[in-house]
This record gives sequence, structure tokens and C-alpha cells, in this order.
Amino acid sequence: MSDASPSMNEAILQVEHLSMKFGGLVAIGDLSFQARRGEITALIGPNGAGKTTVFNCITGFYKPSEGMLTLNRRDGSSYLLERLPNHEIPARAKVARTFQNIRLFSGMTLLENLLVAQHNKLMKASGYTVLGLFGFSGYRTASAESIDLARHWLEKANLVDRADDPAGDLPYGAQRRLEIARAMCTGPELLCLDEPAAGLNPKESMALNELLMDIKDNTGTSILLIEHDMAVVMQISDHVVVLEYGRKISDGSPQAVRTDPRVIAAYLGVEDEEVETVLTEVGDEDVIEQLDTGPDSAHGPGTSSSYLAGPVTDTVGHSEGERVTVSRGASKAGQVDARSSAAAKPASPTKAKPKAKPAGAKSSAAKPTTKAATKSKTPGVTNRRGGRK
Amino acid sequence: MAVTASPERDIVATPVQRATREALYAGAIVLGLFVLFIGLKTDQNISNELILVQRWWLLFAVVVLTMVGRFVYIAHGQPFLAKQKIADIATGLLPDTVATRFFRLPYFIAAIAIVAVLALLAGSLDALLGPGLAGYARFARALAIIYALASVLFYFRSFIHAHFSALGIAALATYPVIVVLVLALYSGSMAGGFQGSLKWIDNFGIQILIYVMLAWGLNIVVGLAGLLDLGYVAFYAVGAYAYALLGTQYGLSFWILLPAAGAMAAFWGVMLGFPVLRLRGDYLAIVTLAFGEIIRLVIINWREVTNGSAGISGIPKVSFFGLMSFNVSDPNYIAKVLDIAQSGAYYKIFLYYLILGLCLLTAFVTIRLRRMPVGRAWEALREDEIACRSLGINTTTTKLTAFATGAMFGGFAGSFFAARQGFVSPESFIFLESAIILAIVVLGGMGSLVGIAVAAMVMIGGTEALRELDFLKQVFGPDFTPELYRMLLFGMAMVIVMVWKPRGFVGSREPTAFLKERRAVSGSFTKEGHG
Amino acid sequence: MQYFVQQLINGLTLGSIYGLIAIGYTMVYGIIGMINFAHGDIFMIGAFTALIVFLILGALFYSVPVVIALLVMMIVAMLLTSLYNWTIEKVAYRPLRGSFRLAPLITAIGMSIALSNFVQVTQGPRNKPIPPMVSKVYNIEGISVSLKQIIIVVVTALLLALFWYLVNRTSLGRAQRACEQDRKMAALLGIDVDRTISITFVMGAALAAVAGTLFLMYYGVIAFSDGFTPGVKAFTAAVLGGIGSLPGAVLGGLMIGFIESMWSAYFSIDYKDVAAFSILAIVLIFLPSGILGRPEVEKV
Repeated sequence: MSDASPSMNEAILQVEHLSMKFGGLVAIGDLSFQARRGEITALIGPNGAGKTTVFNCITGFYKPSEGMLTLNRRDGSSYLLERLPNHEIPARAKVARTFQNIRLFSGMTLLENLLVAQHNKLMKASGYTVLGLFGFSGYRTASAESIDLARHWLEKANLVDRADDPAGDLPYGAQRRLEIARAMCTGPELLCLDEPAAGLNPKESMALNELLMDIKDNTGTSILLIEHDMAVVMQISDHVVVLEYGRKISDGSPQAVRTDPRVIAAYLGVEDEEVETVLTEVGDEDVIEQLDTGPDSAHGPGTSSSYLAGPVTDTVGHSEGERVTVSRGASKAGQVDARSSAAAKPASPTKAKPKAKPAGAKSSAAKPTTKAATKSKTPGVTNRRGGRK
Repeated sequence: MAVTASPERDIVATPVQRATREALYAGAIVLGLFVLFIGLKTDQNISNELILVQRWWLLFAVVVLTMVGRFVYIAHGQPFLAKQKIADIATGLLPDTVATRFFRLPYFIAAIAIVAVLALLAGSLDALLGPGLAGYARFARALAIIYALASVLFYFRSFIHAHFSALGIAALATYPVIVVLVLALYSGSMAGGFQGSLKWIDNFGIQILIYVMLAWGLNIVVGLAGLLDLGYVAFYAVGAYAYALLGTQYGLSFWILLPAAGAMAAFWGVMLGFPVLRLRGDYLAIVTLAFGEIIRLVIINWREVTNGSAGISGIPKVSFFGLMSFNVSDPNYIAKVLDIAQSGAYYKIFLYYLILGLCLLTAFVTIRLRRMPVGRAWEALREDEIACRSLGINTTTTKLTAFATGAMFGGFAGSFFAARQGFVSPESFIFLESAIILAIVVLGGMGSLVGIAVAAMVMIGGTEALRELDFLKQVFGPDFTPELYRMLLFGMAMVIVMVWKPRGFVGSREPTAFLKERRAVSGSFTKEGHG
Repeated sequence: MQYFVQQLINGLTLGSIYGLIAIGYTMVYGIIGMINFAHGDIFMIGAFTALIVFLILGALFYSVPVVIALLVMMIVAMLLTSLYNWTIEKVAYRPLRGSFRLAPLITAIGMSIALSNFVQVTQGPRNKPIPPMVSKVYNIEGISVSLKQIIIVVVTALLLALFWYLVNRTSLGRAQRACEQDRKMAALLGIDVDRTISITFVMGAALAAVAGTLFLMYYGVIAFSDGFTPGVKAFTAAVLGGIGSLPGAVLGGLMIGFIESMWSAYFSIDYKDVAAFSILAIVLIFLPSGILGRPEVEKV
């Protein structure tokens, strides 16, 4: 497991030829990138580009269809993440993560949340419960230490005043910070943050930036983050990877990425004909093909058992906000929509953040004559059988 | 604006009109529900054929009572409650106003006086009033005693609230002593006190404590780890049969078999846990239910070992830690050793303290475990399993430990049950038992030991108390058996309490660690798990 | 082979009854996500109503054609049982909708206890036997098929067809499916969710009442405690087929019926229930969402 050439250790995480397929749907196709130690690497892309899927592969919630995910720890050992069971990735490979739709233990206090994060350490200290049950002193000191660590992170996240309140009682921004603090309590070497700034107001966003920079500077933890808020991305990240349709379309410094024409095309949309060209240029023919075939009915919620009815939804729901949209119409329609807004505003990739999904539904309904809409399999939730009558 | 028609009608209608309408609806529904079931009764005649007995008057009475009840509730009850709410908000005396009006010193003194007078006349009540009225008098006395006790509790409510656990344990520890002394005073002799205490200690004390222990055991699985287990009684059965079989076949002592039964039940907990860990929510519920049924069916059908439905009898009694025995024939029978009068009550009192000790052990372990990583992991699992995995918690072993720990306490309780009864049969391990235990856990408030103990006391104690309501025979005639209504009322009480308090008696959660101060977490934040 | 076919027919009969009850479980689960534990007792109420109607008919008329008697029993049982389930939903489940998930489960268990004990109190604890209503048996190449069995299978098939039509081809069914998918959204689109849920309970109860009537006709006896075992079996069937799925409920019911009759025929009648439950556990280990259930997508 350990190959400790120093150059390899520069990269804390190496993603090589990662593919993730849900039935016929390619959520990620042959993705390779590196996250370097001590840096903040941002993973960006339009909605449905497969960013969260990459995270789920790295943290073991999905088993990738193909590819290799290597994590190199500071002590020289490396782990193949795709081979580790889910819970061993944080425990042994020291990868921690947060979730797009916050997953706190809402009925437990902030302090308890952070203590749960130190489970494995405390388990060992309590002699796997047996010694702790009889009140051995080893557990008591470990317990006190864990509370100190929790207090440390609560202070960092500026939440120490609310330590004894239930986590569910916190305002949204504080919940995001608490989730990061909880992840840090596992003592990670790589911290994966899934849209940490989503839903934050500018002030909270600033506080988050400070927290992340603090983590990066003071703990040596490398950060991999998914983010839509370009202000955050451009400000704090050292390295940006851009995905669209599960493919990497750009990779480099924030400055390089923001001027990359392919990124602009992906974010702002171009003429329909141009989309094809751009995609072909990037080498995405098979993605286009795959997307045309539609979902595999044997997989995902396609086999809805809604009474006697057939498939109801055409999306693979793997998180509440992000859906791997099957119909290419959605994305393209989003581009159509974005094009009109792009005409009004001068193109600036740092500001334009088209929300492909709702826009797609709207414009495909509004402009049934456009090529995009006629081709599209109606996106979103439509009960086809129900509508047939 | 056709939509607003119906709300307008509600505003226009006076409470009486509305109440009349509601009462008519209620009457119609009740008539529909009961016309065949109360209006007619299927009965066998002499030649064993089914015939119908007509009971239209009973049906009429039920319907009228329902209508009157509904009318009074809508016309007076609802406005009163609404007014009360406004008054509470206005005066700032929030929940106390009704209670303070109900518990008043003059009433208290009156209640004490009634009790005193009736107690003085206790011996001559029948002669004075005749058997019918004497029954009512005894009932009035019981009500007065309950009212007086409730007043005292209400007066000291803040003190009780602050020291609930300590007071509760003290009350439980002194319960048999108090019962024996009170009954001894009442009957005038110590022997009479012991004899009379049998029912109180066995039916109320031990019975309730067994359920408290079972519910605390199940609480680990359902309340803490959030895994819905509908077959908990299986572990109870494993514990009971382990003691029954090994005790009768090999003559091993209770003190060896108690841990063995616990270990065996824990083993079965793991055996069940392994395959079903992948299952979620209601799938888990049905498989645990199926497991409970499988165990019961195997016990019924594996006659060579378990003696089938006939059960196993002659299960040895528990000895006083091997020092004294409770068998009259043994040379070290407790009455001989201590040189006191023979009585069956000693064994019951010993059993009471034994199950109290087991309960306290369960509580101690639960409290201890909650403050340890494994307990926190259980609760975290209930809150969010995916987040647990993202923090490196092995959810498989965590679930298994919850299953095993819960099952172990079920096993302990089972072997105690076998020892207490001296007889086990599959009848005692039906699904209803699992349901009752689960109901106690949920009614008490998942995760809360105190709430669960209170729920067990209310539900089990309440149904046991129905056995005592002999005076009802005075009201409804000698054919009336209140016991028959026991489970009917139990089921209805489950519904009513749940609708009244969906989170159970104690909805809040006590944090396991704190930085500055321990504040209970409101029930609206805690989740119930989906496993 | 004859023996096997014979068992197949027995299994089909039993499975039809289970399937009819299982639909009630699965529909309620689909629409409000709760296990209606009282459903087994609703089935028992249906059977008891049919029994009382049978006795009334016997008392009022000298002789009634069997078909008409069965029809009257079924219709009255469907009406009254629906009223029971409708009331229960209103009293015990509706106040708890949207609250704590286990609360309605507990009220359902409470209702189950209350219903069976209500019947025990009002109708007495003994078994209630009725004289056989239909006794004709056909013999086809050594396989005996009783008219009772034919009636059960035909009635079940007819009802399922009607039911399928209701759910898939009417606006009511569409409203039900919409509520199943997303209750809040359905309400926003103008569907009366309370009414739809009530109707679901009424439909489930009506099917259970038919199952109860058929059960009474088939076995000729009913007791207050007879709701539990068929109820648990039907629940098992619903889960086996994939709870929330209507074809799954029917399939699961048939499977449980076949397993039981085959196991009693070829292995041991004592362990037939153990076999049914074990197969449930084994199936769920490999297919955690049942046979036709919606695979659970783990949302991360």
C-alpha cells in the first residue's frame, strides 16, 4: 500500500480515471485530477456536473465503477479509497467531509456533536466500553481531552457560547460552521466540503472564508471543496477543477480557469450548435451519446413502485439539491436562458451562476419550438402514466 | 368567493348550534359503528347453534351518552378550554390555573375528613349502609385518598420535580416496608401485614418493575439507537427458557444462570442483528416481529425440549444468594434460619428487591453507556446514520452492540420472570407483550428513563388496578367483570395518551456532556431514527 | 403432480385472502408511511360483521340464495368496516399526522388491542361457528376444487381488476398517487389530502371486509382474536412484495399462501408459519426493499 516517493506525496489525493455510472447514465466519465497537500482545491461546475458524486466516491458513499482514488497520508502511508469500507475512510485514511444538505445530529448539543466525531479515539481510550464502564482513569483523561478539543473547534467556529444548545437550534450559517468543526474533530488530513457557502449571507460567507483559511494555515489540513459561490472560490482556492457532465473541462489556478473559454461556455451557454462543437472539442461524444439513451430503467428510482404506475421521475436523486439530470435539454435550455441574461449583462464568469434546473423546466415549457426543448425528455418530476389518460 | 362559505357558517353558528350538529354526527357514526356489535350479541344456544341476542337498549344508551358527551364538549368544554387558554396567557399563570383551582386547602381538609370518618367506620360500613352503598362508600374513600395524596404531591411539586430520581428510588426501596407496615396496622398483626402485602408487592410492585426493566432494555434499541424492534419479547423468552430449561434439567442456580441467560439473549440479539442490519425502518420492524414469532412458534412446536404449549413448570426458586432458601421443606428455609413465622411474602419481598436491583443495574448501565462513546454513537445513529459513517463510526458494530445490550437486559428480565412464576409457557411471549413494551417506551418518551418508568407505572399499574374495582359490580350487577375491560381500556389509553402527548411523557432529552450548564434538549429537535 | 396442483390451488385460495388484506397495509403505508397495525383487526371486524349479517338473514328469512346472502354479507361488511377504519383514521391517526413517526404506530397498536377486546367484550370470547354455506366440491382428474375456493379466487380477481381501474384510471387514483409522492405539493395543487387519505382507509377496509367475509365462508368460524395472525401474515406479504407497491402486495400474498400450503403439505404443518417468516427474512436480506419495492436510494 505504501509507495512513498516524495513527488507522489505532494498530492494528498490522486483521482485517476474515475468513472461512476448509474445504470446507463454516466455521472462521472474518466475523471483525473490531483489535490495537493496543504492547498485548497475547488471543484466547480454547473448543477448536475457530478461534483457531489465525486465527493461520494472519495468518501466511500458510492463505489466507483472504475478508477483509482489514492490518498497519501502525511506519515507516508497511502490508501486506495475505493477499496476501503465507508466508515474506514475517515477512520484510517483521515478524510472528513461535510454535506450539501447539512447533516448534523440535530437533537444533540453542539458539544455532543463534536464528541461523536471523536468516536474512534474515545472508543480506544474506553477500552471498547468495557474499561470505561468501570470508570478507569484512562478514559476520564481521554474524555477531558476530547472536550478540550471540542472547545477548541467551537471557539474557532465562533460557537462556544452555544455549546450546550441543540445543533438543530442553530441558524443556518452556524450549522454550516458546526459541520466543519465536527469534521475537523476527526483530525482529518483531507477535508471535503460540499458547498459550504450555500445559503450563507455575505457576512457569514466571510466568516467561513476565515475559518477555512485558518484551517489551511494552522492545521495543515488540505481542503477539497465544491462551491457555487465564485467569490469564495476565487478568494480562497489555490487550484480549481471544473466539471461539466462528469468530465473535467478545465484545471488550473483560479485565474487560468476564469478565462478558459470552455468554462465560459459551460457556465454561460453558447448557441446550440456551438455546444455540440465545444463538447466535441473537449472530447465528449460518448457523453452526448450516453445522455441521449436515457436512464436505465432497472436502476435508480426509475423502477418506481408508485402503485401500479411506471417510472415517475427521470432523475437520480442522490442529494436534495443536486441531481444528475438525464435530459440534456435541461442543461441546454439553461444555456438558452442564460444567453438572454448574458446579452443584458456583459459576460463575467465570476458572477453568472445560472441555475440550470428550474430555468430548464421553465424555458422548455415556454419555448416549445426551440431545438433544445423538443429534444428534451421533460425534466423534473412528471408522472408520465398519470398524464397519459 | 365560494370557498369562504364554510368558515362563515362556522362563525355564524353559535356553540349550541354547532354542538347540536356535531352531536348528531357523532351519534350517527356511533350508531353505525355499534349497531351490530352492541345492538346484537352472538350467543350459543343449548344445541350449540349461534343465535342473536338483542340489546337495543344498551345500544341506545351508548349512542345517547356519546351524543350528550359530544354536545357538552363542543358547547361547554371547548369554549371553556379556549377561555382558559386566554386567561392563562393574560394572567401569566400558564399551566397551573386549572390545577390550582382543583387542589385547594378546604378540599384537601374535606378529603382527609372523609377518609378519617370512613376509616373509623370501616368495620361497620356494611351493617350501616348495606352492601350496595358500602361499595360506593369504599370507592369514595379511595377517591379521597387519591385526592389527598395528589394534593400533597401537588403542593411539593417543585421539590419533587427537582429530586425526582432520588425520591423515586427511595419510594421504590421503601415500598414493601410501607405496604407491610400499613397492612399490619390495618389488620392488627405482623403476620396479617405480610399476608396482605402479597398482592400489593407481587401484582403491583414486581409486575410493574419487570415491565420497567424490559422497557429500559428496549429503550436502548429503540430510544437510543433508533432501531424499531417489534420482536423484543423474543429475548425475554430466550432468557426465561434458558433459566427454565437449565434450571430444571441441570439444577443450576439462578445466580449462575442469570448472567448465562443474559449472555444467551445477547448472543441471539447479535444473531438477529447481523442479517437485518441492512434493513431500514419498517422492513426492520417486520423482520424483528417475524423473529419474535419464529421464536415463539419454535417454542410451541419443539415439544421434546420445551414441552410445547404446556410449558415448563417446577422451575426452582431463587435462593438468598445461596445462604437461605425460600422452600419450606429445605433445612435452610429462611423462616427457620431467622426463626420467624412462615410466610410466602418473604419470597415475594425478596423478589421485589431483586427486580428492583436489576432495574437499577439497567438504569445505571444505560446512564453510564450514554456518556461513553458507544452510547453517543447510538444516539448519533438515531439522528443521522450517514453523518455517522462520514465520521468514521462503524455503524454495523454500533447497531449490533445496541441490539446485544438491549437483548441482554431482556434476557435478565426473562430469567427473573421464570424464577418468579415458577412456570413458563409460550403464552407469555406473544406479540402483544412486545407491543406493550414498545408502547411503554414511546409513551414514556424515547430515551428518557424516568418517563418510561412513569409510563410503565401508569399503564401496567392502571390495568392491574382494574382488577381491584370490585365495587363496579355494585353498579353494573354481579355479572360485570371489570377485568374483561382491562385490555380494551389499555388499548384506548394508548391511543389517548399518544394523541395527547405524541412525544411521550418526557419529550426532552438530557445531554450527555456539557461545557457550562446542562440544558435539556427539546423533543422537537431529536429524531426518532429510521432504522 | 396431482398433489402438487392440489396444494397450488389451496395456496392460491389462501394467498388471495392474504393479498386482499395486504393491499390495505400497503396502500396506507404508501400514502402516509405508517404501518396500520389495526388492519388485521379491521379484517376481523369485517368477518364478524359478515357473521352477524348472516345470522340476521337466517333469522329473518326462511331461506336465502347463497349468492344473495354472500353479496349482502359482503356489502354490509364493506360499509360498516369502512366506517370503522374511517373513524379510526380520524380519531387516532389524523391528529398525529406529521408528528413523531412512532406515535401513529403506537396508536395503531393501541387501536388493534382496543378493537379485538371490544369484540371480545361485546360478542364474547368464544369461537363463532356457522353452518357451511357452500359445500359443493368439483373433482377434476383427481384434484378436488371446492366451489368456495372458486368463489374466493374469482371475487379476488374481480376486485383487483376494479381496484386497479380505480387507482390507475380515475382522478381519485391520481390524487392518491400524487399524495403518495408528495403530500404537500398535492395539497398545493388543490387535492384534498385529508379526503384522499380517508378514502384510502375506506378502500383498504372494504377490501379487508371482503377478505373477512371470504375467510368466514371458507373456514366457517371466527373469533375475536382471529385478526392477529392473518393480519401479521398479510403484513408480511405486503413487506415481502415491497411495501407501498400494490402488485407487490398481491404477489406477496400469493407467495405467502403458496409457501404455507406447500410447507404444510411437504414438510410439517407445525412449522408453516416459521417457514413463511423465515422466507420473509431471507428475501429481505437479499432484496432489502422486497420483491417489487422501490429500491431505497441512499441520499447523501
